[in-house]
Amino acid sequence: MVAVKGNIEQQQEQESQREEYRLLVESVKPQHNVLKNCVMAFLVGGTICVIGQLFLDFFISQGMGEREAAAVTAGTMVFLGAFLTGIGVYDQIGKIGGAGSIIPITGFANSIVAPAMEFKREGFLFGVGAKLFTVAGPVLVYGIITSCLVGIIYYLLQ
Amino acid sequence: MGEKVGQQSVSFSQPPVITSSAAIVGPEEGAGPLAQYFDWVIDDPLFGEKSWEKAECKMLEESGKLALKKINLQTQDADLFLAGDLLNQIVSANYSARGLEIPFFGLFGACSTFVEAMLLASMLVDGGFARCVLLASSSHHLTAERQFRFPVEQGVQRPATGQWTATASGALVVEAQGDGPRIVCGTIGKVVDMGITDMNNMGAAMAPAAADTLLTHFEDTGTNPDSYDLIVTGDLGKVGQKLLIELLKKRGCDPGDKLRDCGLMFYDTEKQDIHAGGSGCGCSAAVFSGYFYSELKEQRYKNILLMATGALMSPITCQQGESIPAIAHAVVVSS
Repeated sequence: MVAVKGNIEQQQEQESQREEYRLLVESVKPQHNVLKNCVMAFLVGGTICVIGQLFLDFFISQGMGEREAAAVTAGTMVFLGAFLTGIGVYDQIGKIGGAGSIIPITGFANSIVAPAMEFKREGFLFGVGAKLFTVAGPVLVYGIITSCLVGIIYYLLQ
Repeated sequence: MGEKVGQQSVSFSQPPVITSSAAIVGPEEGAGPLAQYFDWVIDDPLFGEKSWEKAECKMLEESGKLALKKINLQTQDADLFLAGDLLNQIVSANYSARGLEIPFFGLFGACSTFVEAMLLASMLVDGGFARCVLLASSSHHLTAERQFRFPVEQGVQRPATGQWTATASGALVVEAQGDGPRIVCGTIGKVVDMGITDMNNMGAAMAPAAADTLLTHFEDTGTNPDSYDLIVTGDLGKVGQKLLIELLKKRGCDPGDKLRDCGLMFYDTEKQDIHAGGSGCGCSAAVFSGYFYSELKEQRYKNILLMATGALMSPITCQQGESIPAIAHAVVVSS
């Protein structure tokens, strides 16, 4: 009984030491500049979207319907994202832009091409094939699940 | 014969001699302030090989060969090869041992591996189990990134507490007799875990282990920070170093201006984008084998305490929500 009590006290003391240390770490840790990060994300993300808009307008001006033009624009932006990843530029943009370059479709392309390049040396099956969606996988899984759920809710509400 | 001192320390009766050293570093490290002290700065992270893993292995093997060659020794002259690295199954060490053909012990202590090897080599030499030990450790930025973090071309922001795994390798030859700085004593660390779970804040995970080993060392050997010219940590980085100072002060020990960190010395922290500092098995290995070894040899330092820290987690344990255990080993090297 005494030993058990001793153990509990020991655990409590360890917990309080850990908590104290956690607070110390928080006080020493360099803080993110949230404002700067938001501004950079807005500028980089905004620029990517403006480029997308320019393509969209261009395709429409060439006589495409709005839906076709949107699809072709998405394809073009994916190509650009993949291309910039391939020549080693997109990770530099990501360093500055953060979420601004992750959220647009170019970021999605980056998240697939980067592992494809990385795991090429492990072969096409267990390297590229198996690792292609390591980063994009969760986005796809939960994106698809969410869109299904929203679809069902929409159907029921109609 | 050496003996155990206090709780966790050992001292050597015939302090083993570090008769040679070699350091090979990558391009980012070669652009840092210590570049002139390294034997070889490689421009290409692939080092002429087909993969980054092969490049790291070659770096480790070449640094070992170079350390032996500098004092006209052949690989068969070494009784033992002690080596380790960061990769799964310590493949860089294993594959370089395949090339060297020296009886081999593979070690893993994460970024503390180099000092772990120095301690073990000294114990084996002073204990009479080996006359000449080659020890080495390495890390490679690009092999570590893909194992622990994201693909290299992935456009992600690294947090300010994150550290830059060094592309570097360092090797020493430790002998029973000869000329060079001597390993006088050392302290074997305990695994310490203060509940840090953030893989991007290794400094915070490792600082408590560093404080524990350092205070134990002072107690065991009856020394204090003033007993040494410098107290050199492996790769605590900016965050970990601040935390170590806080933890030491709390326990009534003021390190004053004696603390240095290999991870911070390796790079120009203002100009190079390495966030909280360098890290990896190669970090303390190359900075000691390159810079400190030559400074000790030139008698610019009389005795330094080298303490390397290692974070002993894997990405899997971290994903499972486990906290990060850490360890720190220390050796005292005297000119």
